[in-house]
Amino acid sequence: MAAQTHEAHRHTEHRIWDPDAETLPRDGIEALQLERLRELVTRVARVPFYRDHFAHREIGPHSIRSLADVRRLPLTTKDDLRRQHPFGFLAVPRKALARIHGSSGTTGRPTFVAYTARDLETWSNLCARFLVAGGLRPEHTAQVAFGYGLFTGGFGLHYGIERVGAAIIPAAAGNTRRQIEIMRDLDPEVLICTPSYALTIADSARELGIDPRSLPIRYGHFGGEPWTEDMRREIEDQLDIAAFNNYGLSEVIGPGVSGECPERTGMHIQEDHFLIECLDPETLEPVPEGEPGELVITTLTREAMPLIRYRTRDIARLYREPCDCGRRTTRMSRVTGRTDDMLIIRGVNVFPSQIEEALLRVEGTTPHYLIEVSRPGTLDEVHVKVEIRPELFSDRMDRMQALCERISREIHTVAGIRAHVDLVEPRSIERFVGKAKRVLDRRNLGE
Amino acid sequence: MKLQQLSLFLENRPGRLGAPLETIAKAGINILTLSLADTAQFGILRLIVREWDKAKQVLDDAGWVVNLTEVVAVDVLDRPGGLAEALAVLEGAGLNIEYMYAFSVRRGDKAILIFRFEDPDRAIQVLLEKGLHVVDGDELLSVVSC
Repeated sequence: MAAQTHEAHRHTEHRIWDPDAETLPRDGIEALQLERLRELVTRVARVPFYRDHFAHREIGPHSIRSLADVRRLPLTTKDDLRRQHPFGFLAVPRKALARIHGSSGTTGRPTFVAYTARDLETWSNLCARFLVAGGLRPEHTAQVAFGYGLFTGGFGLHYGIERVGAAIIPAAAGNTRRQIEIMRDLDPEVLICTPSYALTIADSARELGIDPRSLPIRYGHFGGEPWTEDMRREIEDQLDIAAFNNYGLSEVIGPGVSGECPERTGMHIQEDHFLIECLDPETLEPVPEGEPGELVITTLTREAMPLIRYRTRDIARLYREPCDCGRRTTRMSRVTGRTDDMLIIRGVNVFPSQIEEALLRVEGTTPHYLIEVSRPGTLDEVHVKVEIRPELFSDRMDRMQALCERISREIHTVAGIRAHVDLVEPRSIERFVGKAKRVLDRRNLGE
Repeated sequence: MKLQQLSLFLENRPGRLGAPLETIAKAGINILTLSLADTAQFGILRLIVREWDKAKQVLDDAGWVVNLTEVVAVDVLDRPGGLAEALAVLEGAGLNIEYMYAFSVRRGDKAILIFRFEDPDRAIQVLLEKGLHVVDGDELLSVVSC
């Protein structure tokens, strides 16, 4: 059914919001990027962090002769941003600012992100691009169930939808029952939120005795947290919609860095605004095309807070061959992990997304899970808590134990670790309206 | 001839058994018998109640994962060897018992046992053929006071 929805979608929706930029041939994209990179090197000289670095190494626009020369420029990390808190990275006077957002603070103290009026203009257009690629039309109504506030998700998508000319229901995140009432009253075609919140909405609908597939939503744009292809299938099946992935991060601009077209073979990176590298997180050398690495992004056009070679910590792959949709931009895979939430368990690198992939291979396993890592003695121990669902439950103990073993086997296959599987009661794992927290690492407590 | 048994998933931690029992108590449902199977980590609570459909509803509504299973109640003589004789019959017929537990009341010189079979219909047929007494729902409920 979901496949049919997707197919139907594909035949009717193949438009490009900004054809000049999105279908630029490879050499055109690269020429534009080079010109903008050289100009950026001049602009960031206002930022002490970059000015000092450039002065030390005698770097200037003359140092950038080809795009590969970007590697002569310094990397910027989240810690660098924190050290210059709040506005050490501003490249324009305070009075030129039009908006200030904050990063979500998932991994520590939040950082502020500033925008000029032109930055907001750019941002709206970037969001409009992926929204239109996924099917948004001026006659549609979109329900935005992202948090509004310092978080970039809500406003970014809001202005993108407005730019396309569609109607917006700024429902914001939370109050899930009300989200469902709104859907039933106002018939929006589009849902915009985190993928985990989409599943929470489906859960909540069932609790209210409403078939989530009967809700009016036809497709959704989901982002703000890493998710898997299996989770996409869950969302599409449970809500009977087509689900599209988009990517962005607040330090760089917010949503709109990249997004899927109906081909769904990766997210198109808006390369006229972002120069993207994919590096080995250890050696910081570029990885071969198609190999996983850390995305490092240079903002080519941001005025208020341009960043050079920002280490996103997100692991993904890049593909440069042209897409059948007509766009010529480089595509990125979904984010498969983060260098900073990568767990090292008995020497094995494990990403929470791998555990999720394993869980979703076991039919009927709920997407609600929690990974607990501890070190009771000298060795790490992993417990994966999985909520039981009626279709998984049997009155026979042997079947229940077989279920635990099967999940454990899948985790071993996908992630290469032995994990204890703890079946827990329904709704005993915390629900999230924004980014889901899937890992509880108790190993560092008290250290 | 078959009885409806409710099976409920429980986490194996303090206080978890009380909560669902309170839920059905509030609905005015008395438990005729129960059995608890557990591992270090989770348990399966099996209940026989008179109003099983109502009990399932209130447990579902309270968010428990609960399902219905058909089980068979069998009379055996309440004396040494009584159960062994019944089991010999089942074994002789190649019937596989998934699990069993005792009913909490006696009838004269008989004890009632609850069996969960892979194929309850065939089990009933065999038991009857071998002269064992299968206690049906109405009969069972008539011997208990509430």
